[in-house]
Amino acid sequence: MLSPVEQFPVLIIAISLLSAFTILVAGLVNKKSCCFISIATILLQFVMSIVILDHVLTVGTIHYWLGGWKPPWGIEYLVDALNAYVLVIVLFIALICAIYSKRSIEHELPHKLVSFYTVFQLLITGMCGVTVTGDIFNMYVFLEIMCIAGYALIASSKIGLKAGFTYLVMGSIGACFVLLGIGFLYSVTGSLNMHDLSLLLPPLYGNRVVQAAFVFFFTGLGIKMAFFPLHTWQPDAYAYAPSAVSVIIAAAMSKVSIYAFIRVLFSVYTVEFIQIYAPLTTVISWLAAIAIIFGSVYALAQYNLKRMFAYSSVAHVGYIMLAVGICTSTTLGLTPAVMHLLNHAVMKGCLFLIAGAFIYKKAELWDIMKFPGLGRKMPYTGIAFIFTALAMCDIPPSAGFVTILYLILAFLEAGQFIFAAVILFSVIVTFCYFFHVVEMMYLRVGVEEEIEKERGEIPMSMLIPVLVLAALSWIVGVIWLMKIPFPILDAVNSMFGLGVVP
Amino acid sequence: MIEWLVEELLAKYNYWVSIILILIGFYAMIAKDNLIKKIIGLNIFQTAIFLFYISLADIGPLPKGTAPIVSEEMIHMGYVYVNPLPHVLILTAIVVAVAVTAVALALVIRLYEEYGTIEESEIIELERQRGM
Repeated sequence: MLSPVEQFPVLIIAISLLSAFTILVAGLVNKKSCCFISIATILLQFVMSIVILDHVLTVGTIHYWLGGWKPPWGIEYLVDALNAYVLVIVLFIALICAIYSKRSIEHELPHKLVSFYTVFQLLITGMCGVTVTGDIFNMYVFLEIMCIAGYALIASSKIGLKAGFTYLVMGSIGACFVLLGIGFLYSVTGSLNMHDLSLLLPPLYGNRVVQAAFVFFFTGLGIKMAFFPLHTWQPDAYAYAPSAVSVIIAAAMSKVSIYAFIRVLFSVYTVEFIQIYAPLTTVISWLAAIAIIFGSVYALAQYNLKRMFAYSSVAHVGYIMLAVGICTSTTLGLTPAVMHLLNHAVMKGCLFLIAGAFIYKKAELWDIMKFPGLGRKMPYTGIAFIFTALAMCDIPPSAGFVTILYLILAFLEAGQFIFAAVILFSVIVTFCYFFHVVEMMYLRVGVEEEIEKERGEIPMSMLIPVLVLAALSWIVGVIWLMKIPFPILDAVNSMFGLGVVP
Repeated sequence: MIEWLVEELLAKYNYWVSIILILIGFYAMIAKDNLIKKIIGLNIFQTAIFLFYISLADIGPLPKGTAPIVSEEMIHMGYVYVNPLPHVLILTAIVVAVAVTAVALALVIRLYEEYGTIEESEIIELERQRGM
């Protein structure tokens, strides 16, 4: 008999899916109720995810067999430390975003409230599904639920149509590659369960089909997570999506894709595979290093605030992938990568919330050139922006600093000084482009009468999420430095057999 | 030479066809300017993958596999069954493909309402004129 907590992984998905269609029906009666149903559902899911994380850390991995069919025949939901951790991040960002979206979406998409929340809830279903599943085909299906909801949400604003379509075409190519990769693995092993695959694959590592499958997974998931040079859909999609959508796709959806890649790399293929084909990690590391330089430099050249953050996201996906690329040659293992999943979600989530707040205030405030005097018009949001920007510039003891610290420790241990230089370069460039924005907001004086006339904050339900995430971008850093969540990292490293230098 | 032809091409011709279809679809998605043609390319790509999966279920030229409805009698008569799992997977993947196509077509309709054209280059040109 399963304990109630062990049934939570499947309940998280079922509740979310049920809620999506409840919203659709409730919307017929009362449009205002949609948002509250969504918030209540996500809150319930978030509490469940915390209980799951606690259970995983204290009792052990959760295995849930759908319909009682034993793996490898049935679909298995497997939640270990990494899943539970990503699940908490995703649902926390979703909660913040749902609270924020109340006023933001009423302002931006007043006629589409019902359909927005339905699709939003489906997006969350997809993200939770990718995270909890232990079956690789099931992962593909949830990945597609997540991405189709993403295409629809990005295209829900008029300016986002083209970006949404580009993302749809590229994302579908990525999904097709993943599907093809799964087909290749199935053709040689006859199994779809990730754990079973990891047992069946090692004798076949020399097989061309297995290697080709890996390349398909890498390319397909690379498109989904906007890894350089497959990021071309990403800046437009982040920049032109409605504000609340930008938050969730930048902070949560990209993390889920990265999680999926880490899962395929370490749970389906294993560290052994990476060590046999050592150039693999070198390729990932160098692509990530180029992504960091490219993303940072392009962010410097943007005058559209959300586009700047989008290019900065390209760089930060590079950070995480660089940490993944280096993980086999240090005792830190996946520590910096797993850390940055949370740190980047909090920081980039907050930045996109603030960008959305500016646009809520006045539609033309996507343009940095129109920012003079803004810091005095919106004092609290301005302060929150400065704090998050400082966290992004890696001032100790912020969340950004902790990532950089552990990344550089890892590089020094592995003897990869060039990557440490790349990271430091990126930090300097990050400082430059954030300083540019802060300069426009505070140091350039605007027209005095205009400032007096337009003084006024965004509504409370939008301001509180902004302030919470801005505070968290520092608190999270302190928590990491106090090593409170380290049991998660140790569990992840020992699960994948990392952290031991051969 | 003839032996090679038979072994590599004819015996595996459904795989070859699926690879060729994948490449056709992929080319259409990348190179075509018309958005509807891109979607057609996407559908060809997806269908080719379905064909690949269905080919996996096949058990070889002889003996031919039959539908996987297991009965003692048929096993006794020497029938063999095809693997049903790829069919089931593809049933799911077809649903996903239909959903993607539906969203894509809906987006093209919206794009047409917004820009009055479904040529990608013209849309990009119009966006540039609007200063985006």
